[in-house]
Parts: sequence; structure tokens; C-alpha cells
Amino acid sequence: MGLRKLVDNIKPTFMEGGKLSFLASTFDAFETFLFVPNITTKKGAHIRDCNDIKRTMTMVILALIPAFLFGCFNTGLQVGLEGFNAFVYGLVRVLPMVAVSYIVGLGIEVTYAQIRKEEVAEGYLVTGLLIPMIMPVSTPLWMVALGVAFSVIFAKEVFGGTGMNIFNPALVARAFVFFAFTPQMSGEKVWFSDWKFMGATDATTGATALEQLATTGNMQWSVMDAFLGFIPGSFGETSTLCILLGGLFLLLTGVASWRTMLSVFVGGLAVGYLFQALGVTEYPAYYHLVVGGFAFGAVFMATDPVTSAQTNAGKYIVGFLTGALAVMVRVVNPAYPEGMMLAILFMNALAPTVDYFVVEANINRRKSRIKTVK
Amino acid sequence: MSNLKNLTGPLSANNPVIVQILGICSALAVTVKMEPAFVMGLSVMVVTAFANLVMSLLRNGIPSRIRIIVQLVVIAALVIIVDQVLKAFVYDVSKQLSVYVGLIITNCIIMGRVEAYALGNKPWDSFLDGIGNGLGYAAILLIVAFFRELFGSGTLFNIRIIPESWYITNGGFYSNVGIMLFPPMALIIVGVIIWVHRSFNKELQEK
Repeated sequence: MGLRKLVDNIKPTFMEGGKLSFLASTFDAFETFLFVPNITTKKGAHIRDCNDIKRTMTMVILALIPAFLFGCFNTGLQVGLEGFNAFVYGLVRVLPMVAVSYIVGLGIEVTYAQIRKEEVAEGYLVTGLLIPMIMPVSTPLWMVALGVAFSVIFAKEVFGGTGMNIFNPALVARAFVFFAFTPQMSGEKVWFSDWKFMGATDATTGATALEQLATTGNMQWSVMDAFLGFIPGSFGETSTLCILLGGLFLLLTGVASWRTMLSVFVGGLAVGYLFQALGVTEYPAYYHLVVGGFAFGAVFMATDPVTSAQTNAGKYIVGFLTGALAVMVRVVNPAYPEGMMLAILFMNALAPTVDYFVVEANINRRKSRIKTVK
Repeated sequence: MSNLKNLTGPLSANNPVIVQILGICSALAVTVKMEPAFVMGLSVMVVTAFANLVMSLLRNGIPSRIRIIVQLVVIAALVIIVDQVLKAFVYDVSKQLSVYVGLIITNCIIMGRVEAYALGNKPWDSFLDGIGNGLGYAAILLIVAFFRELFGSGTLFNIRIIPESWYITNGGFYSNVGIMLFPPMALIIVGVIIWVHRSFNKELQEK
């Protein structure tokens, strides 16, 4: 416990009256990162549980690991490498983006906490990993930084920080970069890494499965390839299998809501089959679930406990509409081949309204019950 | 000295856009570039000033029941004059502003100043009040347009600021922030201006 001693020794410097007391929040953040805090809630109703935000966030990070590792492998694969080389190439390619995301995001969070004299919340740990995973691998780093800064300031801190945001911060970053730098975020080139080392083939281009489906009505890969993830796309979103593994882990640990997750898939399938029946699309509806960011959004974004609906009935409704809207945007709007981002953000805005009506309906139901008793 | 206050008050502490939150619609619509924003600011200033002046001169002769219709006639007449002048001298900008010149009639700032100030004050004070509010409006428009044009197009008043060679298409690293050209970003910039302004003016902060 040498580290504990060291932390205890330097603690007074950062406490009130100490030399570095203006850095109290930063110190607190590092201390709670290293050790479980020994303070408990003093008043009000609370549940005795070892679960806190830090643990929840760690679970999500663990759940993201399969998709992350596969993303590294696939990044190398898409530029013509194989086996372990592909994995190393992808890892080296992606780490700067992850680093930029964490440095910029945590930098802003810590600065804010310091100004407001609050504790640094752990919420950014997940967002910081999600952001690089939903960007194309060749996104310039300064664009990632700008997107992160925008989302942390305008989607999170102005609303009051972790747990108070209306929109999913990772998706706001993605949306900002998408609308700000459309040429760098869509098209044929951006899905392939542009770094040439370890023998990566240069100037690889090609449409994603989504774009092919939108323009030609079919894709060059088999459904199995798309399910396993051997297709070009944003870094972490390609492998539905790895995402589902992560999803399973989230469900087993009780971090994510199975209601939301299930109903997103059901909503997407329902509208997919509807379009198929109407003859708008020629490919089978389940294609939608394995290409693009549908699975990633359903498992890691739509289930965000802060921005999703809070009531159980609301979770079904919001989830279903998210999936339905995503497929609708994909099929009906040719300008946006990917609709998951817009669908989730839109339903984030609508979730409180859905919750309100669910609660009202419950109140009315119980009121009428009182009347019948009388 | 009170005259001077009429002129400077609306610039900051009583700014029509960022304190009274009036005239937001046109602030979002015409601020993609500096030039139309400048012309729009100037036009609104002229209309506000003269509408205030005319209404202040007429204020004792108008029955209060029909004052709104009289105000509208005066403002509409002024807007038409401004529109014709713009069409005659700066046709290109007039084209860019399109309907928004005509819509100055509905700009809440003008009606607001006439109702709230000109109907109860002397002509010279009212005139200065109109100039001041017009300046306050124009200042915000120019600040918003500055950021939108610089980051959205890389120019200011159509003069290139960010060199062409920086752009990705020319082998550089830079790219225009396309979202700046969309009205939602203007709203966010206005929000940031309000944020910065209030953090410097403690008396404006709500409890």
C-alpha cells in the first residue's frame, strides 16, 4: 500500500489551506481513480451497493474492448495487411485518436470542475473511447479534437456535466464533425487508413456497405462478412458479433437496459420489412442490422442511461422509434446513408416527453381505479 | 448626459439582441457573411432611428387605439425607402439579403423601441435611442458574422484570410467548418456571446 501512503502524504497540500488547494478537484479525480473513496452519503434515502458511476463506466469500457480490438484488426485488414500485422497497424493508427479524445475531453472536464470547485465526474471515460470508435479511421486529429471540445462544452458542461446532458455527448461530437467537415466524414476514401507503413497499400477507396445499399440496392460482401465485421466503416462499428458480445456483457452486469436494446432491433427490423414489403428496398430487412452503426448505436448509444427514457414503457417506445427512424433515414433520405446517429439524437430529445406521457398515463390509470372502488 | 446613455446603453447592458433577446430571427439568417450582416445592421439602424424620430414627433397627435397601425405605416414606408436605396446602390448585397430587408418591418426591435420609448419621449432622445439600438443590433450581427465567415468560408468581407494552400484539397491540413454556414451554429454563437457577456456583467445574471 505504498501508493495509498503516498497519496495520504501529499493530500494536505491539495486540501483547503494547502499550497496547491486550487487543484483540489484534479487531486480528487486522481485519488478516486486510484482508490475507492471512503466517503458515504450522509442523508436521504440511498441504496447500500458497491456500484457507483466509476464501476458502471468501467463495465462499459470492458464491454467495448471486443469491438475495439476487432476495429484495430479490421483497420489493418482494409489496407491489405493480414494477421497480427493488421492488428498492430490498426492499433498504432487508432491510438493517437484515442489519446487526442481523452486529452482534450478530460482537459476540458478537469478545467470546468476546477473552476466550479466540483469533483471531476467519471462520465468522460466512456465517451472518450466511444468517440474514436464511431469516427472514420482517417479523420484528421484536429477535427476529432474540435468535435470533442464542442461536445464536452455544448452537450455536457453547459447542461451541468455528467448525468445532466440531454444528448449523448459521443454522438454530438460525431454529428458536429459530420456536419462541419462533411467531405472528410463521408465518401469513398475516408474509411481507409491513409498512413503508409508496415506495407499498407496506398490510396484504397471504396464505398461502405451502407452506401452500396443506398445507391445500388445490394452490397459486395456477404451478410456473414458484415456480421463478423470484415467491411469498411467507422473504426469500431463494423463487427456486429463483437458488439453483441459487449452487449451481452452489459446485459449480464445489468448496466444497459435490455428493453431499449431489444426494441431498437425490433423497430429497425419492423420498418425494414415494411420497406421491403412496399418494394422500396430490394435487399432483406436484416441487412440493416449488420451494416453501418446500427448495432453499435443500439448497444452502446441508445442504452445510455442518462439520455434514454427512464420509465420501462418509455424504453420500449423510445427504443422502437430509434430503430425505426434509423432505417427510415437510411432508406428514404439519400443524403444520409447512415441514420443511426440522427435517430438516436432525435430520440434523445424526445425521451423526456415520452417519459412524461408514460407517467401521466400511469397516474390516470390509478385515478380511474380509485373511482371504480368508490 | 442622459442623451449619451440612450446611445451607449443598448450597446452592452441593454443590448436588444443578447439581453432582450429580440431580432434573433434575422440575426441567424443574414450572418453567413460580414457584408450582408453589415448592410443589414445599417439598414435596421436607419429604420429604427427614423421610425423613433417620426413616431416621437407624432406621439401627442395619435389616439392610442390606432397607434399600432400608424407605427406600421411609418415603419413600412421607411423599410421600402431603405429597400429601394439598397437596390439602387448595392444590388448584389440586396440580392443576398432577399426577403430579409422587407422583413425588417417585422423586426421586434423596431416595434419594441417605438412602443417602449418613442411614444413617451422627446424626438432627439428617441432618435438617439434608435441609433443606439441599431448599433447594438449591428454589433452582435457583425460578431456572429465574423466567426461564421472566418471559419465557414475562410474570408472576411469576401477577402481571403485563411490561405488557399492550407486547405486539404490543395494538399494542406485545413478544412472549412461547414456547420458554421447553417443557422443552428449562429444560434449557438449568439448563445456563447450571451454567456460571455453575462459572465462579465454580474447584474444581468438571474438568480
